[in-house]
Amino acid sequence: MSLRIGIDIGSTTVKVVVLDEKNKLLFRSYERHYSKARERAAETLRSIEEKLRGQQVRIAITGSAGLGVAKAADIDFVQEVYATAAAVNTYIPDTDAVIELGGEDAKIIFFGGALEERMNGSCAGGTGAFIDQMATLMNVTVNELDELSLKHEKIYPIASRCGVFAKSDIQPILNQGGRKEDVAASIFQAVVDQTVAGLTQGRELKGKIVFLGGPLHFLQGLRQRFVETLKLDEAHAIFPEDGDCFAGIGAALCATDFAECSFDEMLDRLEKSVDNVGLVDTMPPLFQDQAEYDAFLARHNAMHPPEVDINTYSGDAWLGIDAGSTTTKMVLITADGGLLYTYYHSNLGNPVAIVLDQLKELYNLCGDRIVIKGAAVTGYGEDLIKNAFSCDAGLVETVAHYNAARHFTPDVDFIIDIGGQDMKCFKIRNGAVDSIMLNEACSSGCGSFIETFAKALGYNIADFSKLGLLAQHPVNLGSRCTVFMNSSVKQAQKDGASVEDISAGLSISIVKNAVYKVIRAANADDLGKHIVVQGGTFHNDAVLRAFELELGRNVTRPTIAGIMGAFGAALAARDLHLDKSSILTAEDLKTFSHTAKPVTCNLCTNHCSLTVNTFDGGRRFISGNRCSRPLGKERTENPDLMHYKYKRLRALHGKGAGNGVRGRMGIPFGLNMYENLPFWFEFFTRLNFEVVLSPESSRKLYLKGQHTIPSDTVCYPAKLLHGHVEALVEEGVDAIWYPCMSYNNDEGIGDNHYNCPVVAYYPELLAANVPMLKQTRFLNPYVGLWRHKDFTKRIAVIMEQEFNIPKRETEAAAKAAYTAYDTYLHDVRETGKRYIEYARARDMPIIVACGRPYHIDPEINHGINDLITSFGFVLVTEDALSYLEGYAPRKVLNQWTFQSRMYNAARYVCTQPDMQVVQLVSFGCGTDAITTDEMRDILESGGKLYTQLKIDDISNLGAVTIRVRSLMAAMDARKHQD
Amino acid sequence: MAELIYDKTGRLLFTKEMKEEYTILFPTMLPVHFGLIARIIEREGYKLEMLTTNHRNIVDEGLKYVHNDTCYPALLVIGQLIDAVKSGKYDPHKVALLITQTGGGCRASNYIHLLRKALVKAGLEYIPVISLNLSGLEHNPGFKLNLDIIRKAIFGLMYGDIIVQSANQVRPYEVEEGKTERTIEEVENHLLEEMEKGKGLSFKSMVENFDHIVAAFKAIPVQGEPKVRVGVVGEIYIKYSPLGNNNLEQFLLSEGAEPVVPGLTDFIIFKIYNREVDVDIYGGKLAKKAACAALRHYIEKCQRAMIDAMKRGGFRAPGTFQDLRRLIKGYLGEGNKMGEGWLLTAEMLELIHSGTPNIVCTQPFGCLPNHIVGKGMIRKLKDDYPNSNIVAIDYDPGATKINQENRIKLMLANARALARQAAQQEPETAGEEVHV
Repeated sequence: MSLRIGIDIGSTTVKVVVLDEKNKLLFRSYERHYSKARERAAETLRSIEEKLRGQQVRIAITGSAGLGVAKAADIDFVQEVYATAAAVNTYIPDTDAVIELGGEDAKIIFFGGALEERMNGSCAGGTGAFIDQMATLMNVTVNELDELSLKHEKIYPIASRCGVFAKSDIQPILNQGGRKEDVAASIFQAVVDQTVAGLTQGRELKGKIVFLGGPLHFLQGLRQRFVETLKLDEAHAIFPEDGDCFAGIGAALCATDFAECSFDEMLDRLEKSVDNVGLVDTMPPLFQDQAEYDAFLARHNAMHPPEVDINTYSGDAWLGIDAGSTTTKMVLITADGGLLYTYYHSNLGNPVAIVLDQLKELYNLCGDRIVIKGAAVTGYGEDLIKNAFSCDAGLVETVAHYNAARHFTPDVDFIIDIGGQDMKCFKIRNGAVDSIMLNEACSSGCGSFIETFAKALGYNIADFSKLGLLAQHPVNLGSRCTVFMNSSVKQAQKDGASVEDISAGLSISIVKNAVYKVIRAANADDLGKHIVVQGGTFHNDAVLRAFELELGRNVTRPTIAGIMGAFGAALAARDLHLDKSSILTAEDLKTFSHTAKPVTCNLCTNHCSLTVNTFDGGRRFISGNRCSRPLGKERTENPDLMHYKYKRLRALHGKGAGNGVRGRMGIPFGLNMYENLPFWFEFFTRLNFEVVLSPESSRKLYLKGQHTIPSDTVCYPAKLLHGHVEALVEEGVDAIWYPCMSYNNDEGIGDNHYNCPVVAYYPELLAANVPMLKQTRFLNPYVGLWRHKDFTKRIAVIMEQEFNIPKRETEAAAKAAYTAYDTYLHDVRETGKRYIEYARARDMPIIVACGRPYHIDPEINHGINDLITSFGFVLVTEDALSYLEGYAPRKVLNQWTFQSRMYNAARYVCTQPDMQVVQLVSFGCGTDAITTDEMRDILESGGKLYTQLKIDDISNLGAVTIRVRSLMAAMDARKHQD
Repeated sequence: MAELIYDKTGRLLFTKEMKEEYTILFPTMLPVHFGLIARIIEREGYKLEMLTTNHRNIVDEGLKYVHNDTCYPALLVIGQLIDAVKSGKYDPHKVALLITQTGGGCRASNYIHLLRKALVKAGLEYIPVISLNLSGLEHNPGFKLNLDIIRKAIFGLMYGDIIVQSANQVRPYEVEEGKTERTIEEVENHLLEEMEKGKGLSFKSMVENFDHIVAAFKAIPVQGEPKVRVGVVGEIYIKYSPLGNNNLEQFLLSEGAEPVVPGLTDFIIFKIYNREVDVDIYGGKLAKKAACAALRHYIEKCQRAMIDAMKRGGFRAPGTFQDLRRLIKGYLGEGNKMGEGWLLTAEMLELIHSGTPNIVCTQPFGCLPNHIVGKGMIRKLKDDYPNSNIVAIDYDPGATKINQENRIKLMLANARALARQAAQQEPETAGEEVHV
């Protein structure tokens, strides 16, 4: 039998193996291919040519990027998961499951019985490429990241769905001084959670598990996280020696079935084959020629502030600091905005150290000639920096950017800022910030994404984006989140696109994301006439040009586009008109010290991950908190209807008015139960059941049920249900009541009164996917509450069948239940009324939180209500107001009960001068794709601001804070005008 | 030029005058069915055009005018219509757009509203939008479906199903490439000619036509070993539309598989039956239930006739709607009706039971009902039928073909391994039997 060769071409690496007839490994290699996969493979084979020349061999190619090569070279192809399974079956027979992480793929293969495989779907990126990205973000190599992780003390919760989310979680932790060691381990934990949650899909990972693929081969810290999470002992966690090239080995094994050929002839074919150049979807070039580019540069470079020499100037100066997510920017200005000093640098994960160095440098340069009369901070790290250096003021980024833009273009009416991590854009109406749009968590890749990409292809960001300027055929990469773009790029590479065309394509993609995903504009007029662009990403000429082309109009980019936030902060510091700044003096800086320590707050069930920063002289600053209690202050007790409703619902357990003799009825506290619980509680207690409510939602409860979630893109509120029902089974209840409800109550304010499909049918999904439910009676019949008589008749039959309850008794219970539900609704409305009166008596602004009933769950909203009231608002919910408006036709089909309430609440708010709406949206909520636009329409045409807060399993409130503060700033500005 | 007339809610109407002047554009979903029905309606004096465009700009227009988190079919359907309006091929002031409207708790019921919003955004609000539905929503003076057209449409639907089902069983094996496509065209022409002559509109002649169709496909010369059969189920648009599923059927054919795509008839019966179930579960007018039942029985009768014709002609025939109802027991309640509801799972069960355990379950990214009835049921199917080999594929503007195809290839590799396993086991079992 001849030698067998397996070539595994992955997204980033090529693995070549040679097996002898006894399946012994004669040769193996693992190399990065930098998107030249075929050449790399051929070179490797060439390097072992001596041993193989003249021999007959069998060969197969596998791997996610191998198909094109295989086709072009006319070599047999084996699907990679299939290949891996073949290798595992041969070398590690009684394996129960394989976990394999690759550059961009994550897979689990279940053995035993029929082979079952899971690959990451289109929304999953917690893989090798993700770890690379995170390492870049923390400015360490992947190996250093690994070493750091082994020294962790705590794990932060980091969103485990895809890379972009995790990034938005990690950034604030770094910015607020979290330890790198802890963050490193948390990153690995996120990969583990991602794999377990996203791929097991209802099948438990147990028995003997083999770990394969590059990252798991090289990274001890990642291994540790997997072993700990899955609670494996040594005999059950197998890390094979050649785990990084198992797919290649598998391909070689599969090659047994293929025809023999001569090695020389095969290698020749591989070298000569031209990769199958598919039809790459291309777009027109950014610039036709150099001349066009030059004219473009001349136009933009004309927009610059005066520069003043810091070495000769004497007088007053003001300092602005923008502690952004990935970069720190500082500006020192004169009274007329002249630039004395500017600084722009990656914050290397520690903004405090950067600002400290720069301040020292500044004091040196200033000498006795220049006096800093004021300092203001903006950006993600605002609080930290403000406290560390005792700056005079802090301002929200949006306001800082408007300050700066107005300085250059007084009649600016639209500002877009694309930074490393986030995108902000807003309109200016009547001199005030209006319609703020921030990127939703799913497209926050922005600028830092290009940078990571450039690095992966072996370029620095400046060179990389220059490449694209004159590219003739930019690749169309679509306009979705960055994880998708990774695979679009992969496809483009496979189809033979050049680096130049990819670079240009990436720039265009970012712009399309901004225009169509964040701004949601149909044309340039939607934005404004005088558009100012800022943020580091617009320093990239390719991005700027793509933006102008996409809009079909010229925009203004000041030469200081990258430091506009800091510039705006400096202007704000100037406008404070202080006699003396409180900023630390040169003397203070000499003894400055900073340590950061992670702790978990135990003052309430939120269990916030706090970072305690200690500065010299014992000054402390705590970050990561949601309320003021860890700061030693009492919780702000402003009226909060979300809090009220939650407490009222949580109290609904026990025997109520009955005696509980019929047994213990478990009710999962999630989704529509947040609306219907008062009904069911009364119903079952009247029937003498004891109602057992599942525990309060928590991260832990979520993780408990995580392994049975079949669809990783469903909303977080639904995912939580898995933990809730498992907890009830463990409680030992006699039955669980969780009915299917296509329809909700008909409140007469919509065209129909449906529940969304997920709310309606999740009970059936649980029945099919949670094995533990077989240990109890899980009752999930279809019921409809809105036809009282019909319901009563039908539920009486169900109760008779299930529990032998006489129909009369059930009918009485149903009647009481309807009354109890009405009482609850009435109470919510009356309490809302009282809260509004409270606010009005004290002249406090009112926020109406519009969402679903289940958004009051603190694990779902992550304490947004506390945050809002801590800013001095009174908070009421949509259901306390929706009854105040009647039915009105909408531009969309108004067919869901909960959503109809939001429309009505928004309409009512438009009639009330002291109210604003904040819409809560769960990530993955399909119905909100429709409601958000409609809510914006209602509010804006009613002269109100529109603020949307997207919530997820991400527990960091940074983005929420920006939105709420921006809303406050906009409200303030409007007040001043009136 | 036709005057723009609005109803009292401010909806732009399609007037009688427009019927004379306007071309009605509508998106493709099922090329054969829709094409046939379009040609039936055309014969009533409408100018109708089914859009078969398939290029990147469709997605771009969709992204521009539809909320990007809305389901992919909405984006494609609306993108395709706007792309066509802007293409320069038509006078935008002389086109109307036709779109189906189903109703139900899924967000798909909102397509027509999203289309209108998109038209406003694109500055094309003068283009009338016609809702095609059987629920009596949104009347238009210039577009009226009388009973005769509805009956013809039902016939068109049945013919579409039998044509597609027969063609699918022949195409992978045809000796002469393209013969199956040509036969589809011939059969369609024959049917339309019949209708033109007023023939083929009785139940009896429908059965005759069924036999004619089956015979035409059976007459196509075939060759080769049976191929791996792969079932395609999913969200209705993505499942059927080549634009939505990146030419899935074509891909399966090129991989040497035989695609098995359940027909549209069951979906129509399902939608009617839902109304009956609602009355059972929640209460309501019994008269409405009876009317729905009558219509359903008629279509079921046609379906049975179709199945019999296929069997007579020597084709594998699908099961009846009642078969599907039997299969779904123990999986989902019949109240599960949003989107494809319990029907989707039932179709997977039917495929598994009819020897096609290899299934591609297609859905738009984040499809709400499919969380439950698609992805949510695969676990249980796998438990109950260890040989089932189901891959769930998400489609959206950012998903790349390469990832989708890679996952399908994995399913195919698995399918072939299972087939080999089965082939090896068979002789063994046979031997045992002899031994006993």
